[in-house]
Amino acid sequence: MAERTMIAAIQHALWTALAEDPRVIILGEDVGKNGGVFRATEGLQAEFGEHRVVDTPLAESGIVGTAIGLAVAGMRPVAEIQFLGFIYETMDQIASQAARIRFRTQGRFHVPLVIRSPFGGGVRTPELHSDSLEALFVHTPGLQVVMPSNPYDAKGLLLAAIDSEDPVLFLEPMRLYRAQRMEVPDERYTVPIGTAQVVRDGRDVTLLAWGPTVPLALQAAEQAASTDVSCEVIDVRTLAPLDLDTLAASVQKTGRAVVIHEAVRTAGVGAEIVASLNDAVFYSLLAPIQRVTGYDTPYPPPLVEDAWLPSVPRILRAIAEVMEE
Amino acid sequence: MEIYRWPGEPTLHQILREDGTLAREEPPGVQDQAQAWYRFMVFCRRFDQKALNLQRQGRLGTYAPFSGQEAAQIGSFAALRRDDWVFPSYRELAGMMYHGLDPAHALLFSRGHPAAGYMPKELAMFPGQIIIGAQLLHATGAAWACKLRGEDRVAAAFFGDGATSQGDFHEALNFASVFQLPVVFFCQNNQYAISVPVTRQMATPTVAQKAIAYQIEGIRVDGNDIFAVYDAMRYAVEHARSGGGPVLIEAVTYRLGPHTTSDDPTRYRDPEVHDAWARAKDPLLRLRRWLERQGLWDEDQERAWTAEVDTRLAEATERMEQTPMPDPASVFDHVYAQMPPALRRQKQELTDLRGRV
Ligand SMILES: Cc1ncc(C[n+]2csc(CCOP(=O)(O)OP(=O)(O)O)c2C)c(N)n1
Repeated sequence: MAERTMIAAIQHALWTALAEDPRVIILGEDVGKNGGVFRATEGLQAEFGEHRVVDTPLAESGIVGTAIGLAVAGMRPVAEIQFLGFIYETMDQIASQAARIRFRTQGRFHVPLVIRSPFGGGVRTPELHSDSLEALFVHTPGLQVVMPSNPYDAKGLLLAAIDSEDPVLFLEPMRLYRAQRMEVPDERYTVPIGTAQVVRDGRDVTLLAWGPTVPLALQAAEQAASTDVSCEVIDVRTLAPLDLDTLAASVQKTGRAVVIHEAVRTAGVGAEIVASLNDAVFYSLLAPIQRVTGYDTPYPPPLVEDAWLPSVPRILRAIAEVMEE
Repeated sequence: MEIYRWPGEPTLHQILREDGTLAREEPPGVQDQAQAWYRFMVFCRRFDQKALNLQRQGRLGTYAPFSGQEAAQIGSFAALRRDDWVFPSYRELAGMMYHGLDPAHALLFSRGHPAAGYMPKELAMFPGQIIIGAQLLHATGAAWACKLRGEDRVAAAFFGDGATSQGDFHEALNFASVFQLPVVFFCQNNQYAISVPVTRQMATPTVAQKAIAYQIEGIRVDGNDIFAVYDAMRYAVEHARSGGGPVLIEAVTYRLGPHTTSDDPTRYRDPEVHDAWARAKDPLLRLRRWLERQGLWDEDQERAWTAEVDTRLAEATERMEQTPMPDPASVFDHVYAQMPPALRRQKQELTDLRGRV
């Protein structure tokens, strides 16, 4: 057992997969010699060679498109898109190709492909490096979308993703890469895709968060506790398929919920969760479910981003609102 | 069976040798401009250094230095008219400042200030593109509009060697070729796309030869030779402006600094190759040697100009830092021409919240 940051846990998961399965191949921009711009693949090319940890030409559509071919032909590609903002370049290969191959070939072919990508705000990146785009992919049948918020889950979810027979978009919150160290076992383990986790028990309000908003929700819960509001916090962790049972059970108990995500509000995953909870537990609700999200604008430049991002005060305001009803 | 093959050895258009002597006659106009170019190159080199220092002091955010590429940028922009369309990448600040962008404005990009995006009204120039290769298609479309509207303007797209791997590069060259558009594709082959050397980016020995596949003209030029770059760009711009169609230029150069301030080039760079580019091939040194031979520059002038540049840079930094902090609520102002009601409500929420917190 060792203490690891999220980035180290991801590196360790990739190392584990490369070591145990010769079909695993890592491909992307700057993932080889440079070890990735965040060092997620640090040392892997030196250990496993240039044919298994591959610096590709600069072409996202090329990376994912060839990864699909690799996957259907017997390999287990783990592709990296350097920042999620660049994933539009390969939207066709992901949404129209990878996500549909099982369906359109009626199960004859399938795509065991993992696409990893850093994303998220608050780290003063240049334009187009911070956008939270998970909703686009949750809206794409055939894809699984996962997003860890801590080092333990990062390793377990990534290994589960590599095990999966269907494509997985594995979204890594940049801001959490080095935010926290925790015990991450050296051995292989998986965190099942499709399971949410209650990370704090509470009575009055359920806070639903994923990725970078999980630590925010926990902070808000802590502050709310000082005013005698007891928050339950759930790390949704997998956005597709959604673990609605866990979410609904909590909201049934508390009767109130606030959904918190960094992505823009309109047609965000929060909207889907609110609708699903309304279907599942409407008669247990004591107040309309609130959303705290990014605003409906392009992700703003560094000097503006803090005011734009969901924050503890905004979450506390939403908590107060649901408690008032 | 005929098999098509790349016909020969790469060529390299060069006028100014590394020692400052001429390999061939300099193009017209160069004599008059050379000293001003050199001054501007020194200005840019020190601007780059200043920006790196400001970043280290936490006064700027991520910055992409262009040192080593001054000749490629200034020589190419020098052949453009003020009303030509310009679609640069994020590493083009030397060229953009030569074209008329205020240095204080140039620094605002790395400051992370929204105002940076508003380009001077008198220029048809976009802010630096972040998405690799996207701007080539915009330039192609702008050139198309110029052709349709009967304007004699051209469009120029600036990009790196890495960008040639993107579909957008190939689509742009093909559209420009099919529609015979007045667009110049100017590639600065600075040997690396972050950590990936050009030899791993492409199996072709040159970028310029890619023009052949699209039946357009291609030129490979010594990018650290400002005379040759200007000569090539002047030819390309005239060719495009006079209806001859698009041109692809590859300027062979070298990025002396890191990819950005977040990058550590010692992880992937060969120190010996680096030293060769940093010393013998430095574009500033080469032009300075020529100027000195012509009696157009000396040590005293160098000293005086350097001092003057530093004064101007201090002044530009001050103006950059005095740019008022953006109002966060302004983030809603330029999403649509008319703000929809939902956005108006969100703007109000953000304003209220800031009043409260
Ligand atoms: C579509 C896209 N993919 C990846 C990146 C990340 N990235 C930024 S610069 C860069 C390398 C670009 O190399 P090159 O085109 O040679 O230009 P240079 O930076 O050398 O000027 C990469 C991979 C990006 N900005 N956009």
